Amino acid sequence: MLATESPVNYLNVNTSVASWLFTKDHKRIAILYMVVVTIAFILGAIFAAGIRLELATPEGDLVSSDTYNKLFTMHGVAMVFFVLIPVVPAILGNFVLPLMLGAKDVAFPKLNLLSWYVFVIGFTFTIAAMVTGGVDTGWTFYPPYSTDGSNSNVVLAGLGVFITGFSSILTGLNFMVTIHRMRAPGLTWFRLPLFVWALYSTSLVMVLGTPVVAITVAMIAVERAFGLGFFDPRLGGDPVLFQHLFWFYSHPAVYIMILPPMGMISEVIACFSRKNVFGYSFVAFSSLAIAIFGFLVWAHHLFVAGISPYSAMVFSFLTYAVAVPSAVKTFNWTATLYRGAIWLKAPMIWVFGFLGLFLIGGLTGLFTAALGIDIHIHDTYFVVAHFHYIMVGGAIMGYFAGLHYYWPKITGRMYSDGAAKAAAMLVFAGFNMTFFPQFILGYLGMPRRYHMYPPEFAALNILSSAGATVLGLGYLLPMMYFTYSLFKGAKAGPNPWRATGLEWQTQSPPLPHNFAVQPVVTEGAYEYSKREIKVA
Amino acid sequence: MLAGIPLFPTQASTIASEVDNLYFFIVAVTAFFALLVVILVTFFAIKYRDDTGLKVGDPITGSIPLEIGWSLVPFIVAMGIFVWATTVYFHSIRPPDQTLEVYSTGKRWMWRFQHVDGHREINQLHIPLGRPIKVTFTSEDVLHDLYIPAFRVKADAIPGRYSSIWFTPTKTGEFHLFCAEYCGTRHSAMIGTVIVMEPDEYQAWLSGGGLTGSLSARGEQLFQQLACSTCHLSDGTGRGPSLAGVFGAQVTLQTGQRVLADAGYVRESILTPQMKVVNGFQPIMPTFQGLVTEEQLLSLIEYVKSLSANPAAGQQATTAAPAAPAAAPQGDRR
Repeated sequence: MLATESPVNYLNVNTSVASWLFTKDHKRIAILYMVVVTIAFILGAIFAAGIRLELATPEGDLVSSDTYNKLFTMHGVAMVFFVLIPVVPAILGNFVLPLMLGAKDVAFPKLNLLSWYVFVIGFTFTIAAMVTGGVDTGWTFYPPYSTDGSNSNVVLAGLGVFITGFSSILTGLNFMVTIHRMRAPGLTWFRLPLFVWALYSTSLVMVLGTPVVAITVAMIAVERAFGLGFFDPRLGGDPVLFQHLFWFYSHPAVYIMILPPMGMISEVIACFSRKNVFGYSFVAFSSLAIAIFGFLVWAHHLFVAGISPYSAMVFSFLTYAVAVPSAVKTFNWTATLYRGAIWLKAPMIWVFGFLGLFLIGGLTGLFTAALGIDIHIHDTYFVVAHFHYIMVGGAIMGYFAGLHYYWPKITGRMYSDGAAKAAAMLVFAGFNMTFFPQFILGYLGMPRRYHMYPPEFAALNILSSAGATVLGLGYLLPMMYFTYSLFKGAKAGPNPWRATGLEWQTQSPPLPHNFAVQPVVTEGAYEYSKREIKVA
Repeated sequence: MLAGIPLFPTQASTIASEVDNLYFFIVAVTAFFALLVVILVTFFAIKYRDDTGLKVGDPITGSIPLEIGWSLVPFIVAMGIFVWATTVYFHSIRPPDQTLEVYSTGKRWMWRFQHVDGHREINQLHIPLGRPIKVTFTSEDVLHDLYIPAFRVKADAIPGRYSSIWFTPTKTGEFHLFCAEYCGTRHSAMIGTVIVMEPDEYQAWLSGGGLTGSLSARGEQLFQQLACSTCHLSDGTGRGPSLAGVFGAQVTLQTGQRVLADAGYVRESILTPQMKVVNGFQPIMPTFQGLVTEEQLLSLIEYVKSLSANPAAGQQATTAAPAAPAAAPQGDRR
């Protein structure tokens, strides 16, 4: 494939700080995102540690109620808007999308850099809100508390979210145009890697949904600053209207978080099973189906907020409908393993972790969508456990699976396979220990966002806090072996996993413009079976 | 030590067992699918394992019948759960005709309850065993949520409108009452106790404590004080419509629209009288926004309700049987 390896790659072509800050290279922009997202993740994890430490005892003894409320709010804001939404599309998507398409870059490289700057400005506002006193509304900013009740930095934090939204819209737009216009010769839609289908579906949601939340958060800021009555009933507004607008974006946002990791899982499963993804077109279209149905289920967040029982019924029905494409994906991944040649390298272990946690997260959605049960478990720890299984168990595990898969491509170096497997297992165990007890706590009736709680909930909370310690250690491990790999890791070569896909046909780290010669595509994305010797 | 750790909530209302049966069914269904996938993945990963990374898998690209099968089966299972869950939901939100009424207002950070006989309590709710009870409530400031886990009921308290929950207690004892919608600093301290008593003990509790008259009597007093009675004459000759028999009936508005005169309508008519003017009357009523508290509004509503022919079931509670006042548990009654 490669005649000679060029000594110049995207990392060493120019090492000045300015060359990074003004780069138009999608691969460098991906690294820039990785830096900011990792900072946000560490911040969010520190807030989470504060929450779990406080909840280790029933009394509110470690921090004050106000501090506790700020901790869970800032944990949510940092993790949702600055980690979960950008983590896979902006880091792995930016890095591999043009490579997968056989393109030199995304369609609009300058716009791509602008997206990052907008993201950083939004993050700066949010950090400013945090260091100048914090914000205590919960990441959901529900009025009238957010507009009238809270004395914290709501406007500043809201502005941060508002600005960050534009980064998301621009990235979505850029990806859509890139996928339409930048595919290599012969790369038809049904030869695209499934990660590209997932990114396309995600971009649709980003472009169509994000403006709504930006407007909604802006309305909160305007109501708070100038007393315009959108949501506060004393000013003639309606607090439930906010919830409709907010969840019209924020439920589809769950799919922004989970669709790209799902796509990543398809890539890794195909590579380490060394065969085609089972039911390629069903997996591809299930991404689109999830993106579209995802816009029709928002009011299941309002089942106890005084909406009409009949609209609750309709939204419950639609929520069950969206469960089907997710089930289809899971069954197809399982079937992909059948008669494969399963190579249990570290990325695959992270995929198994994803499958286990996403399975629990998805299936517990059947409880929260059930009207009769949701009345009981709404706003309890059951919901907290459910969405952490989806967002951390799904999105973050999927990110780690993808990061371990593409690390050799990104850095040109290998990492310790054993350490990476140990980390995956530690994270899996720690995660379940942290969040499984919360399902039980939720069904027992422990409400979320509680600084103090009745003593009978103590044992399960202690177990959860202990699990969080294990989980934290699990996340520290990758930071250590990845750092070690950066300096001491073995050379990876262009294709250490012997994977299909155009991204593996260029050297690692790739050239500044990706390919020495324009690749031409002649077959589907996962034709492993054609390439090498058959299984005996 | 494990014995002391609760893993499952008490069932203390008629709806609780319905909710729990459905819960156990979904636990069984989800456990089945989870195990199925976990067993298959584990089995495949062991059976087809290849540590060399040099072999390749069979070129299996998919199967239309399988895709249809595993789309349809989850859909059918999901629809089964949907129908069952929706049935339970309608049971849990639709009270029977005859309920014992309790009114409540949430404010940061306490729950105040008003019984129809005039008893008031804070963060405590005394109720009798075995009778359907309906709590109608609102919030005086931000969003709250009245949640009684042992009864499996919950609804948001939303400023500017009324919500309600209903339940029939099936167990005596004390149960948690939580605020389940985040409301600021002391959200986790906005909790209380529901005390379910045997009917005779409840009667004893009712007869204890100094009362200032029933809730509707307080409403009637206000009705005079606020001069509502000067326009809303009971014979229908006043400048405002007579309120006799209005509650629970359909009212025709100037616009020709017909609306149900429920608690929300009465509240709206007092606070924003120009919004829904009754057909045949002039929009001359002034607003009482800021002049009446949420609790006073509830007493006015109870008074208007008492003017309807149908005697409210709640009134039965005031026919207190004589019993030893000493048996009454302490409550914050004023």
